[in-house]
Amino acid sequence: MVVFDKPKALTETPFHYCPGCTHGIVHRLVAEAIDGLGLEDNTIGIAPVGCSVFAYNYFNCDMIEAPHGRAPAVATGVKRADPSKTVFTYQGDGDLAAIGTAETVHAGARGENITIIFINNCIYGMTGGQMAPTSLIGQVTTTTPYGRDPNLQGSPLRICEMLSTIDGVAYAERVSVDNVKNVLATKKAIKKAFEIQQKKIGLSIIEVLSTCPTNWGLSPTKATEWLRENMIPYYPLGVYKDKTKEEGEQK
Amino acid sequence: MSAILLAGFGGQGILFAGKQLVRAGMELGKQVSWLPSYGPEMRGGTCNCSVNVDDDAIGSPLVTKPDILIAMNLPSFQKFEEKVVSGGIMILDSSLINIKTTRNDVNAYYIPATRLADENGLKGLANVIMLGKLIRVGSLMDYKFFRDSLQASSPKSKPMLGELNCKAFDIGYNYED
Amino acid sequence: MAQKYLMKGNEAIAEAAIRAGCKLFFGYPITPQTELSEYMAKNMPKREGLSLQAESEVAAINMVLGASAAGARVMTSTSGPGISLKSEGISYIVGSDLPCVIVNVQRGGPGLGGIQPAQSDYNQATKALGHGDMHLIVLAPASVQEMATLTGEAFDLADIYRTPVMLLADGALGQMMEPVDFEEKPHRALPKKDWACTGHGGSRKHNIVNSLYIEPEVLEKTVVDRFKKYEQIEQNEVKYEEYLTEDAEIIIVAYGITSRIAKTAVRNAREKGIKAGLFRPITLYPFPEKQLDALADKENIKTFLSVEMNMGQMVKDVKLAISCKKDVYHFGRTGGVIPTPDEILTNIEKYVGGAK
Repeated sequence: MVVFDKPKALTETPFHYCPGCTHGIVHRLVAEAIDGLGLEDNTIGIAPVGCSVFAYNYFNCDMIEAPHGRAPAVATGVKRADPSKTVFTYQGDGDLAAIGTAETVHAGARGENITIIFINNCIYGMTGGQMAPTSLIGQVTTTTPYGRDPNLQGSPLRICEMLSTIDGVAYAERVSVDNVKNVLATKKAIKKAFEIQQKKIGLSIIEVLSTCPTNWGLSPTKATEWLRENMIPYYPLGVYKDKTKEEGEQK
Repeated sequence: MSAILLAGFGGQGILFAGKQLVRAGMELGKQVSWLPSYGPEMRGGTCNCSVNVDDDAIGSPLVTKPDILIAMNLPSFQKFEEKVVSGGIMILDSSLINIKTTRNDVNAYYIPATRLADENGLKGLANVIMLGKLIRVGSLMDYKFFRDSLQASSPKSKPMLGELNCKAFDIGYNYED
Repeated sequence: MAQKYLMKGNEAIAEAAIRAGCKLFFGYPITPQTELSEYMAKNMPKREGLSLQAESEVAAINMVLGASAAGARVMTSTSGPGISLKSEGISYIVGSDLPCVIVNVQRGGPGLGGIQPAQSDYNQATKALGHGDMHLIVLAPASVQEMATLTGEAFDLADIYRTPVMLLADGALGQMMEPVDFEEKPHRALPKKDWACTGHGGSRKHNIVNSLYIEPEVLEKTVVDRFKKYEQIEQNEVKYEEYLTEDAEIIIVAYGITSRIAKTAVRNAREKGIKAGLFRPITLYPFPEKQLDALADKENIKTFLSVEMNMGQMVKDVKLAISCKKDVYHFGRTGGVIPTPDEILTNIEKYVGGAK
C-alpha cells in the first residue's frame, strides 16, 4: 500500500507560497530525493533571496540563507570546509541568472561538488513581477510594461545551455513541473543530481521550468498552459550535460 | 642609530641588499625594519628601500633623512642627494653616476660597482659590492659578522651563490677610491 | 627567547592565521595585500588548510560566510576597493552572527585611488562596513609583530563574540619587514559552535544561519541583543597604548603606521623641551573613549592632535570621546603620502598651547 506522507527532509512549517505556485512541488521533490538517498542528516542547504528565501524554514536539514545571488559562493565555502557533506542551493532566476551569474558560472568552472536547484519562472516573484533575466521576448512585466524588447532589455538567458559548455559542470538538465509526467521526470532528475554530487565529478544543476500565476496574472491552470506554450519552445527540456555518459549520447 | 636608504633601478637588487642588512642586524640583536617602494615601478622603473638598524624601537620605517644613502643610478642620486643628513654618508656607483656630490658636509664614496662586477664575472652583484663598501665605512657591524650572515642566508640549493656573494662583498670592502 | 623571523607584515598575518587554526582562506588579488594571498596559496595546502582564489571579492566574502557557517575558522584579505565590494557580505555575516577575520591592507582612495599606504578607510571600517545597525571589532596593528599577535587575537575574539573582526593595516605595514616571533599565547576559552551548519546527524533540530527577520519586533530584538554584545565588547576588549602621556601638555592620537612616526615626533619634541605624549588606539572599534576622556580630564593636558593618513576621520571620534573638553586638531597626509616626523613636529609646535 502506498501511503502519501510528508518527506522527512521537510519540516512541519506550512509553505507560504501563493496558490498554484510550483515552489511547493519542487521543495517536496528535493526533500524526497534527500530522503531517498538517506542524506538528510548530512546535508546543508542554501536558501536564496527571492520567494523561496524561507526555504530554510521548510527543509529539515541545516540551512543557510545567502545574500542575493551568492548561494553558489556560500555553498562553495560550506563544501570546502567539509567535503563530506551534501550541499545544495535552491535559487530563482533573478538570483541565479542575473545578480548571481558570476557566482553560478565560476562555481561551475571550479567544478564544485554541489547541486543547484534552479527555479525558472521568467519573473521576479517576491518583489512583485519585474523582468527576470529569463523573461521571454514580448513578456509583459511591471518593468517591461510594453513587453520585453530585445533592443532595450536584451534576450533571455538559457542557463543549462550556457553551463553545459563549462568543463567543471558534470550534469545539467532542464525539466518542468507543468504536468504529472514532467513532475515525475523532475523527481528523477533531482535525484540524479544528488547522486552526481556523491560521485564528486563536478557541479550538477537542475533547471525547473515553473509557474508564477500571481505575477503572470493567470489562473494556475492557465499558467501551466502558458508555460507549455511559451517557455518550453524557448527553453527545451532535456539533458544538456551528463559526465556519467559518453559524449555521443549527450544531447 | 642608522637610517639607510638604498636606491636604484628595478633589477639591480636594491631590495635584496636592504634585506641582507636587516637580516644581519636582526642576528646582531638590533631593532630593524625594511620598507620597499612597491607597485608597478618595481618592475623596471626606479626602486628604493628604507632600512633602519637601531638599538631602540624603530619609529617611522620610512627613511626620509638618511644617515646613509646608497645610490646606484643618477636619478636616485639626484632625488636623494639633498636628503642625506649633515655628516652622513653617500656611497655611489660611479659606473652609473657620472657626477660628484656638491655637498661638502657629507662623506661621499665613489665605487664603480657595476663595472667591478662585470670585470670579475659577478654580473648582477654590484649591489653586494656596494654592501662591502658600506660595511667598510658605515660603522654598522663587523666585517666577518656581516660576511658570515651573507653566506648563511644564500639558498642551500645554490651554494655557489653564497661564494659569489662573498667574493663581491670582499671586492667592495677592499676597494679604495 | 622565541625564534625571530624576518617577514613582511602581510606574510606575518598569513602565518599567524595558519597557526591560529585558520582552515580556509578565500581571496582575490589586490595590491598591497598580495603577499598574504600568495603565502596562503603556498602554505595552506601543506598545513591541512585550503586557499582558494575566488572569482570576485563578492564571491570571496560569501565563501567566508559559507565556511564560517559550517563552523570553520576562515579569513579573507583585501584592500579598500575590495572591502567596498565585500560590504554586502560583511553585513550578512554580522546579521548571521558569524565569526571570521577580514583583513584590509589600506591604500589611497577614493575609487581606484592609488596603491600606496593610507588610513582613509577608517570611517568605513569603524562606521560603515555594511548596511544596517552594526559594528565589527576593528584592530589596528602598528608593527609586523602586532600583525601576527593581533591576528591570533582576532580569531579568538571572532569566536568568543560570534562577530567578524577586521584587521585594519596599511600598505606600509603590509610591505615592510621586521623581526617577528610566533610565540604561543594561551588561548582564551572559546564557546562551542553548536549553531554551525554541519549536518544535524539526526541528533538535533536543524540549524539555521540566517539574517532575515520579516517581523520588525523580532528583527529589533536581534539587533538590540547584538548591541548588548557590543556593550560587552566595549567593556572588555578595548586596547590602547600610552607613551609619555603622564606629564604631557599635548597628546598626539595616532594608530597603526602613523603612530610610529608620531612616536618619533614625540621624542623629537621632548628633545626640544615640548611635553608631548602619544595615545595609540589599538582597537578602533571599540574606540578607547573612556581612556581618552580620562586624559582630557587631566589639568596638564591642554591639546589633542589627531595624526592620520587621511583628511580627518578619527579626529571626530577623539572630539566625541572627550566631549570637546580640550582643543582637538588634526594633521594628515592622504593619497598614499606618509607623513614625516618633521611634519608632525611642526604641527606639535603649531598647536601646543593652543592654535597660533
